[in-house]
Amino acid sequence: MHVLDSVDSAQLRDDVPAFRAGDNLKVHVRVVEGNRSRVQVFQGVVIRRQGSGIRETFTVRKVSFGVGVERTFPVHTPVIERIELVTRGDVRRAKLYYLRNLRGKAAKIREKRETA
Amino acid sequence: MSIQSSEAAATTVRKGLLGEKLGMTQVWDENNRIVPVTVIKAGPCVVTQVRTPEQDGYDAVQLGFGQPNLRKVTKPAQGHFDRAGVTPRRYVAELRTADASEYTLGQELTVELFEAGQEVDVTGTTKGKGFAGVMKRHGFHGLRASHGVQRKHRSPGSIGGCATPGRVFKGMKMAGRMGGERMTTQNIAVQAIDAEKGLLLLKGAVPGPNGGLVFVRTAAKGVVK
Repeated sequence: MHVLDSVDSAQLRDDVPAFRAGDNLKVHVRVVEGNRSRVQVFQGVVIRRQGSGIRETFTVRKVSFGVGVERTFPVHTPVIERIELVTRGDVRRAKLYYLRNLRGKAAKIREKRETA
Repeated sequence: MSIQSSEAAATTVRKGLLGEKLGMTQVWDENNRIVPVTVIKAGPCVVTQVRTPEQDGYDAVQLGFGQPNLRKVTKPAQGHFDRAGVTPRRYVAELRTADASEYTLGQELTVELFEAGQEVDVTGTTKGKGFAGVMKRHGFHGLRASHGVQRKHRSPGSIGGCATPGRVFKGMKMAGRMGGERMTTQNIAVQAIDAEKGLLLLKGAVPGPNGGLVFVRTAAKGVVK
């Protein structure tokens, strides 16, 4: 797809922090209500990051009032105002689908200890 | 070639360009929604011949596009391009349009003919699928996976009666060569143009493989303004 790189490059964002599955993110999403626009924060654990280039997406999962909520965003979408990295998680998988079957403390992800 | 049909075709003014399909990608529109787009390197095309009703019986413009292997350009083709005063082109195609007389020989046409938001028809040669069965070629459902079906899961089933009519009707949908034919997709919206690079971003898919030749024309049908 090298021929289309020039088309895509204009659309790519360069303000996306490096994050991977297991990390806890605050995603600041622009929400349009009628003709008003505001920013909503969606905070949760990244359970998946897939695709490449302009098509890359990631999924954030949180448990809201006891109900699991997952939102998938394109990494480069203009809908996201900014992405805030809260914590880095220590996980051994690239796809954390097993979290869906876990509740409470079992669904907690250890924080990555930075080795200096 | 009947005179009647040419007159009917010549009543409309259409613009057109030859181009190369580069591939598909996606862009975001003004509402931040993802739009799938096909990127076409359209033009630059040159006018190699202008057809007039007096000489040819109909109005049309012949467009040339692409870089040929100059060793393979035949003498007659070379002469044809020389008459237009242009270097040889790989492909030529005719655009039927009522305003053909406004074109001049050797005139260069670029992607700026089109503008974002308008609708176009795209003609190309579809990808060849080889000898394809009825499920792929005509969308038949095939036979059942079980319940006694033996080695016939993708077959068409019955193709007609018995002694009456005693033959298979003409045009019966059967297996055969699929794809590799000229096809036009109508009313494709132009998402954006990049005049600098000569790129045309069309919403959705167009016929043909990446790198294939496509002919982009203003829509024949579509909304009446």
